[in-house]
Amino acid sequence: MQRELAVEAVGLVKTFGDNRAVDGVDLAVPTGAVYGVLGPNGAGKTTTISMLATLLRPDAGSARVFGHDVAREPQIVRQLIGVTGQYASVDETLSATENLVIFGRLLGLTSRDAKRKAGELLESFGLTEAARRPLKNFSGGMRRRLDLAASLIAQPPLIFLDEPTTGLDPRTRAQMWDTIRQLVATGSTVLLTTQYLDEADQLADRIAVIDRGRVVAEGTADELKSSVGDSSLELRLADPADLDDARVAIERVLGVSSSISPEHVRVTAPMQDADRVTDLLLTLRQEGIRVDELSVRKPSLDEVFLAITGHGVPDAAPAEGSAELEGSRA
Amino acid sequence: MSTALITPATERIVPGAERKLSNRVSLGQTLANTRTMAYRGLVKIRRTPEQLIDVTVQPIIFTLMFAYIFGGAIAGDVQSYLPALIPGILVQTVVTTSVVTGTQLREDMDKGVFDRFRSLPIARIAPLSGALLADTLRYTIATTLTFAMGWIMGYHPAGGLGAVVLAGLLVIACSWAISWIFAFFGVIARTASSVQGISMLVLFPLTFLSNAYVPVDSLPGPLAWFASINPISHLVTAVRDLANDGTIGGDLWMSLVGAVVIVAVFAPLTVRAYMRKA
Repeated sequence: MQRELAVEAVGLVKTFGDNRAVDGVDLAVPTGAVYGVLGPNGAGKTTTISMLATLLRPDAGSARVFGHDVAREPQIVRQLIGVTGQYASVDETLSATENLVIFGRLLGLTSRDAKRKAGELLESFGLTEAARRPLKNFSGGMRRRLDLAASLIAQPPLIFLDEPTTGLDPRTRAQMWDTIRQLVATGSTVLLTTQYLDEADQLADRIAVIDRGRVVAEGTADELKSSVGDSSLELRLADPADLDDARVAIERVLGVSSSISPEHVRVTAPMQDADRVTDLLLTLRQEGIRVDELSVRKPSLDEVFLAITGHGVPDAAPAEGSAELEGSRA
Repeated sequence: MSTALITPATERIVPGAERKLSNRVSLGQTLANTRTMAYRGLVKIRRTPEQLIDVTVQPIIFTLMFAYIFGGAIAGDVQSYLPALIPGILVQTVVTTSVVTGTQLREDMDKGVFDRFRSLPIARIAPLSGALLADTLRYTIATTLTFAMGWIMGYHPAGGLGAVVLAGLLVIACSWAISWIFAFFGVIARTASSVQGISMLVLFPLTFLSNAYVPVDSLPGPLAWFASINPISHLVTAVRDLANDGTIGGDLWMSLVGAVVIVAVFAPLTVRAYMRKA
C-alpha cells in the first residue's frame, strides 16, 4: 500500500565551493515512520536536513514536505516541521522556561498558553526542577532534551533530529530513544540522522545509508544488516604471508568475500551464523594457517560501510565516532 | 530520572495533509513576532544586566569627567559649561550605544538559536526588527541617566520638562535611525568584534569633530568646516535649543531629515543583506 510521503526528495545537490556536500540525494520518507539517515561525519547528513528544513537552498533537485515544495512554499513547510539540530539551538543566556515561552509566542500562542505549554513540555522532559536556571549550567543531555522540547511546541507532524544522541552518555541516550519512540506513537514522523548503526537499528523503520553526499543503500535495518552479515569475523594471522590463503578458506567455508585491513595484518568478513566459525577454524588448522587472534562480533558501522561502499569510514570521522565503534565491540 | 509521556493521547498530532496553511506572513503576525523578539531582547538584558554598563555607567562617568576637566577651560566654570555639555554628552552617549545593535545582531546570527528562528514559521525580519525595537530601551535609559546626572550637578534646563522630554525623544529617534547603519555592519560583517571596530572608526571622528564639547569657532579651519556640516552638530544644537530655550529651530528639522535619509538608505540595504542570510 502506498502511504502519503512525509518527505520526498529528488536529486538534492548542495555544493560549498568545490566540495559537493550533497550530491544527488533521493529520499522517500513514509508518514508515521522513523526514518534514519546513517552516515559518518561529513557524509552530508546535516546539509541534507538543512535543505529539507528550509535552512539551506538546494543548488539542484527538489524536495517536498507533505507535498509542499521546500523552495517555493518554505513558510508552509516551516509550519509542518520541528528541527532539533546537532548543537542545541536555544538561547544560552535565558532559562529553559523563557526559551520555550518565547518560541511559543513566536508560534502564535498567547502568553498564557505559551507558559502552560512550556510547563507541560518541561515536565514531560524531566526539566521542571531546572526550568528557572540559565542554560549555562545545563548538562549536554538536558540541553538536548530542551532543544527537542522546543521543537515540539507546535506539535509538528514532521520532526527532524540531527544526531540527537551524539556526545550523550549511554543512559541519556536510552532516554532520548524512549522519547523518540513516544513521539512516533503520537503520530509524528521522525527523520533522524545518526553515525551509529545501533541507534538506527533501535529506532528506525527504514534507513538510508549516506556517504560522500550520496545515498548508497536504503532499506529496513534487517535488509541492511543482511548485506553485511549478522556478525563480523576478524582474524589476525601469525604470518601475514598466509593472508591470501586465509581469504580463500573463508570464501570456501563461509561463502562470503573478506577484506583485508589497511595495515595488512587482519582479515574481516561478514557472517550470517557465528556458529560456523568452528568450521572455519578447522579448515585453517588443516591448511596450516596459524591464527594469532580471532573475534566474532556484531557488525559495526565501519563494516556496513566497507560492505556497501567498498571503503571504510573516512578518516575525517571524529574521535567520537571511533570511540563508538570501539564501544560496540562487545 | 524517568521520562514521562510526552503528549497525552488526546492531543494527537494533526496530520500534515489535514492542516490549512498559508505561505504568507501577515503584517499582524510580523508585528507580533517583532514584539516577541523585542521581549526576548529585554529578557536577555534582565539575565545579563552587565550588558547595560555602557548605557548606565558611561553617561555618569563621562558627564562627571568632561564637566570637571573641560568646564573651567571652556566656559570659565563647571556650572556655565553644563548647558552646552549635557546635550553634547547625551548625543554622543546615545549614538554610541546604537553600535550595540550591530554587534549583538552579529553575535545572535552566529548562534544556534538563530537557526531555530529560521526554521520557525515566523516573519523573517522579526529577529532584526525585534532587536531594533528592544534597543530603544537602551537609548531611553542612557537619555534619562544623562539628564538626571546633569540635574544632580546643577543643570536645570530653562526649556522646562516638556522640552527636555521632547529633546530626549529626538535623540532616541535619531539614534534609532543611526542604529540601522550598525545593523547593516552587523549583518555583513564576519565577527562581532569587527562590527565594533568599524563602528568606532566611524563614530569617533563623527562625535568628537562636532560642537558636542567645544564651540565650533575654537576649531582650526578645516575642522570647523567639518564640525559645522556634521549631522551630529545639528543634533546637538537642536537638543540645546530645545532643552535650554524651549525653541524648535532649523537644526531639529535637519536632524529629523537626516534620520529619515539614513533609514531610507540603510533600512533597505540592511533588510536585503539580512534576508539573504535569514
